[in-house]
Amino acid sequence: MLQDKDRIFLNLYGQDDWGLEGARRRGIWDNTKELVALGRDEIIQRIKDSQLRGRGGAGFPAGLKWSFMPKENDGRPHYLVINADESEPGSCKDREILRYDPHMLLEGCVIAGFAMGAHKAFIYIRGEYWEPLQHLEAAILQAREAGLLGDDACGSGWAFDIEVSRGAGAYICGEETALLESLEGKKGQPRLKPPFPAAVGVYGCPTTVTNVETVAVAPSILRRGVEWWTGLGRPNNTGTKIFSISGCVNQPCNVEEEMGIPMKELIEKHAGGVRGGWDNLQAVVPGGSSVPCLPEPICKHMLMDFDSLREAKSGLGTAAVIVIDKSVDIVEAITRFSHFYMHESCGQCTPCREGTGWMYRVMKRLVKGEAEIDEIDTLLDVTYQVEGHTICALGDAAAWPIQGLIRHFRPELEQRIASYRQMMQAAE
Amino acid sequence: MSVLKTTTYDPPRTDGFVFSPENKAKADAYRTRYPEDRQASAVLWLLYLAQEQNGGWLSSDAIEYVAAELDMAPIRVHEVATFYTMFNLRPVGRYLVQVCRTTSCWMRGSDAITKACLEEAGTGALGEVSEDGVFSVVEVECLGACCNAPMFQVNDRDYFEDLTPESARAVMAKLRAGEEVKPGSQSGRAGSEPQEGAKTLLHLAESPAPAGDGA
Amino acid sequence: MPKLTIDDKEIEVPAGVTVLQACEMAGAEIPRFCYHERLSVAGNCRMCLVELERAPKPIASCAMPVSEGMVIRTDSEMIKKARNGVMEFLLINHPLDCPICDQGGECDLQDQAMAYGFDHSRFEENKRAVTEKYMGPLIKTIMTRCIHCTRCVRFATEVAGVEDIGLVNRGEHAEITTLERAIDSELSGNLVDVCPVGALTSAPYQFAARPWELRKTLSIDVMDAVGSNIRVDARGRHVMRVLPRLHEGVNEEWIADKTRHACDGLARQRLDRPYVRGADGRLKAASWDEAFSAVASRLKGLEGKKIAAIAGDLCDAESMLALKDLMSDLGSPNLDCRQDGAKVGEGPRASYLFNTSIAGIERADAVLLVGSNPRWEAPMVNARIRKRFLQTGMPVGVIGESVDLTYQTQYLGAGPETLKELAEGRHPFAEVLEKAAHPMLILGSGALARADGPAILALARALAEKTGMIKAATDDEPAWNGFNVLQRVASRVAGLDLGFLPGEGGRATEDILSAVESGEIEVVYLLGADEFDTARLSKAFVIYQGHHGDAGAQAADVILPGAAYTEKNGTYVNTEGRVQLGRLAAFPPGEAREDWTILRALSAVLGKALPYDNLGMLRQSLVERFPVFAAIDQIEPAAWEPFGTEGAVDSAPFALPIANYYMTDPISRSSETMARCTEALGKGAVKATGTDG
Repeated sequence: MLQDKDRIFLNLYGQDDWGLEGARRRGIWDNTKELVALGRDEIIQRIKDSQLRGRGGAGFPAGLKWSFMPKENDGRPHYLVINADESEPGSCKDREILRYDPHMLLEGCVIAGFAMGAHKAFIYIRGEYWEPLQHLEAAILQAREAGLLGDDACGSGWAFDIEVSRGAGAYICGEETALLESLEGKKGQPRLKPPFPAAVGVYGCPTTVTNVETVAVAPSILRRGVEWWTGLGRPNNTGTKIFSISGCVNQPCNVEEEMGIPMKELIEKHAGGVRGGWDNLQAVVPGGSSVPCLPEPICKHMLMDFDSLREAKSGLGTAAVIVIDKSVDIVEAITRFSHFYMHESCGQCTPCREGTGWMYRVMKRLVKGEAEIDEIDTLLDVTYQVEGHTICALGDAAAWPIQGLIRHFRPELEQRIASYRQMMQAAE
Repeated sequence: MSVLKTTTYDPPRTDGFVFSPENKAKADAYRTRYPEDRQASAVLWLLYLAQEQNGGWLSSDAIEYVAAELDMAPIRVHEVATFYTMFNLRPVGRYLVQVCRTTSCWMRGSDAITKACLEEAGTGALGEVSEDGVFSVVEVECLGACCNAPMFQVNDRDYFEDLTPESARAVMAKLRAGEEVKPGSQSGRAGSEPQEGAKTLLHLAESPAPAGDGA
Repeated sequence: MPKLTIDDKEIEVPAGVTVLQACEMAGAEIPRFCYHERLSVAGNCRMCLVELERAPKPIASCAMPVSEGMVIRTDSEMIKKARNGVMEFLLINHPLDCPICDQGGECDLQDQAMAYGFDHSRFEENKRAVTEKYMGPLIKTIMTRCIHCTRCVRFATEVAGVEDIGLVNRGEHAEITTLERAIDSELSGNLVDVCPVGALTSAPYQFAARPWELRKTLSIDVMDAVGSNIRVDARGRHVMRVLPRLHEGVNEEWIADKTRHACDGLARQRLDRPYVRGADGRLKAASWDEAFSAVASRLKGLEGKKIAAIAGDLCDAESMLALKDLMSDLGSPNLDCRQDGAKVGEGPRASYLFNTSIAGIERADAVLLVGSNPRWEAPMVNARIRKRFLQTGMPVGVIGESVDLTYQTQYLGAGPETLKELAEGRHPFAEVLEKAAHPMLILGSGALARADGPAILALARALAEKTGMIKAATDDEPAWNGFNVLQRVASRVAGLDLGFLPGEGGRATEDILSAVESGEIEVVYLLGADEFDTARLSKAFVIYQGHHGDAGAQAADVILPGAAYTEKNGTYVNTEGRVQLGRLAAFPPGEAREDWTILRALSAVLGKALPYDNLGMLRQSLVERFPVFAAIDQIEPAAWEPFGTEGAVDSAPFALPIANYYMTDPISRSSETMARCTEALGKGAVKATGTDG
């Protein structure tokens, strides 16, 4: 288990003051000026060396992403945009950072913003997060007043300020280009890439969109050292990570743990174990609703990091561990995800707009078993027709949970169809 | 073959809409967050203000007023208002109770919460406004409080978490009576630590500094 | 020039093109619905997917710029499967109503379903049905057929410049809407063309015909002086619809609503036989012989100077030449093709042409509009100005009434005084023009239809010369002529080119009218002329040759039924000076005849037979005497020579000549569709917006 001394999110549970005073007590804003003084190239190099991967779901190397910003300013301002539109079912980690340690994010913004040549950051926070919004805005005012933000942020000589934008209920705005559209006051419909945001982002300017947690850990990596960070986890899956453990566990919770912690240990040590014991476990969705579920036999030995989960044909995603025990109708559990994606499809491109509704409706019938056996293959085929053919990744995200279900629970589906048929025949 | 019929988007009109002086001032403040030639960026902020002032929902007048304020074409703001689920395009109760229905909440009993909320509200169906105008209850997709499931949100504000049917009804009863309610966990948790107490960050748990209000 | 490999074929393409365009160049056809080469790229239909080597998933070729060394496959199994999948998604919620769909036979979805569709449906769920939307009198919506390609939204927003259409809601509830308001654009009919399916169809044409029943004739529009290239679709004697035909120099692939939808007026109020006014003062049906002899007996022994002729707005060059020749043979110098009294045509060709050319607008970087509302006088010209404005944000100054032109304008002043200030360099906008590399001014025909017209023309010329609007070609740059008169009517330039103007001692329109009132002119020949107060002709013997029972026919003593523009082969010259040929698409109704033949026959009755026995001879005469008519569909730059007459200008503000876009001529006034447009949009359609558009 990760030791407290290696934890970064010291106020994850909100036991301490979330304001500036508490933040300073926890070491935030400590020598920020010196961190900035490392210079753009050095900061980015160290983030690259740390092998920090984005915490928003895709796991893209953070240092590499930051380095995509143009080195020279061509007259257009550079923007840092923080993706605080946490909406992936199962994920509730950024919320805790935003409401209990907003200064961690703000300090990270100063570092990341400077490293990208940005003088301004927008934090796009999901509309439903009212309490986090209040704390975040208050923290910004505190930071401005204390000179941590402003014309000479932290005394670094770098002008930097942060504004908050509030979403209004759209999962798709967590997709970086949809977020930019929303930030510009439009519908949150993803843009076509290329051009990528680093070339043409918000207001047509070079922009990097990055997750709350990714930016929030950056100052600690610089402060405590790349070696300390890479000493945690395993290569290419380094450091610590907040895991959100929800569903059929005795004590759902968020917890910061080392990357690569065994899933079983995570659930049992921190979340009080599976309801009814490990043997009562049916499946786990290990990284938020978008990733395929894994059945118990696989979960038993699973390590919680990007590469391990990918090898198991699932993913770490946002590290939102959704535990499904045997009392739960797993078909309905996944059907609820399908409903979610149908509801959240932006409607822009054909496969997702038409496919998510189709998939949900077949799933809904499968819950009852009201289908033909060959419709399982039709459904699977439809998921492949959506996957990889859409503008953004929402189509993939809608397809994967169903693929996971069929991959691991096809007998369950067939059984249901057979029972339903028997029931109908009996009724006749 | 039967069909799935959609209805034409046509939010009701009212007798015009104009910001109160307070909201006008707030709107102007929000606008300063964005470059001068990018005022459309403030559209969500202004729609929130308009919705609040309009009793929790947006009429066509309110939407088009916001459009005029930001020098946007009305259709563009209608597009925005219909895209984001937090904007209500029909009147709602004074308290719009939004029960999370997605898997993590559902597995921990959200169906029972919805049922309890409907009973407490005294409305027959989701989306209906109660006779006294106090409540409407809807189911929504994941609200991002999965470790504190099940839960609901009231209006665009407070989360009520770790609910049971009883505590859900109790919250609503207090709201109806105009009594003070404590948002957040209804089972005594501070945040998303394990119910039985944090197993990590114990040095803080042992000598907690006052959980300040950030001031 | 990047090199690519497309389906094993190496090809070099210009930098900046998309993969889709490169594939087309390589001869690989790419299916598409949302992509439209004149609209921004949406990339939403996902039909144009292709395989890019080393890319993890197929790419939307419409949105991907080419780069060096790309290896593309458009024909792999993976791509076929991907397109089949997209097609299936498009069809699951698309109704099976092709047999009653007006798009049938010319539907992209139908066509591509033949290539990519399955032969059966795997979709067991209920289909979606979407309620219809109101878009105005020209567009019928069946929104269940919509495939959400957003071409209509992009056309309205980008080309038409009216943000009236949007996509509301999201996911499968997403729908195109106008908020139940008519689309406030003169280009709205194009929405039907851009819609790849039968969601937006032509309301006036609904259930009228199937495309394979129609005879298609390539012709030229006469509803304004743009000379839009059109295709006239007819069944039997009836023109069923008018569609645009691609011409990059003129109308690109759009046409204005009047061009497209006034055609029902061709079947109404028609003069389909000759009439002669009887002793009782009433018009009576007559034979051609009776009509001709009535004319002959009235003209007999009449002095030439007591005869006058006015040519109307829709006339072809051939009939104007024939009438001019006849007048000359009758000894009359009193002829005019300028019903509105515009003071143009006395000077060199450059003084009445749109010298910049319509396509040339795309080189401009500053525009001055003088007494013109191009949105109504020439919607295609306005669309081009808007296009250029969107590319550059160029300054557009307006002198005269300020209306919403769909782009940002600066109001400079109301009348000639402001023009004078600019010409004398006393107005800041003069500096804007001077600084521009390619400044242009557009003088509306209305600005010249006033007594001080020659002085205004002179002022405009002075301004053009002073602000560098006339530039000779250099090694790097072709010549530039930024001086433009925006003609409003189809016959005008040809009329001026062939000199349908007062001869030696002859009278112009206004003079003709007052001479009629004073009794100095006794016979007036109106060739489709209806746009003035014909009551002023009450003392004269009026011969009206034309196709509609409009103002001219009301005043006539003899009516000679002619052919509308779709019923004859005729030559027209547009405002740029571009000579184009209109073609017969359907025969004139009843006893009506092609116009030049009427004049030829009449001339024989009068004993002054015109020297051409067929259209070929007439055209040969036209070309020999007026060589500009020889160059079909070409623009010869007009020589820059002095014109205009310096003098005092009136302080009266410029007035715009069109009160209602939808009704400007006998055809559109007879059109029920145009009447419905007038009711829905009419005068209120273009809102005055003060100083900044």
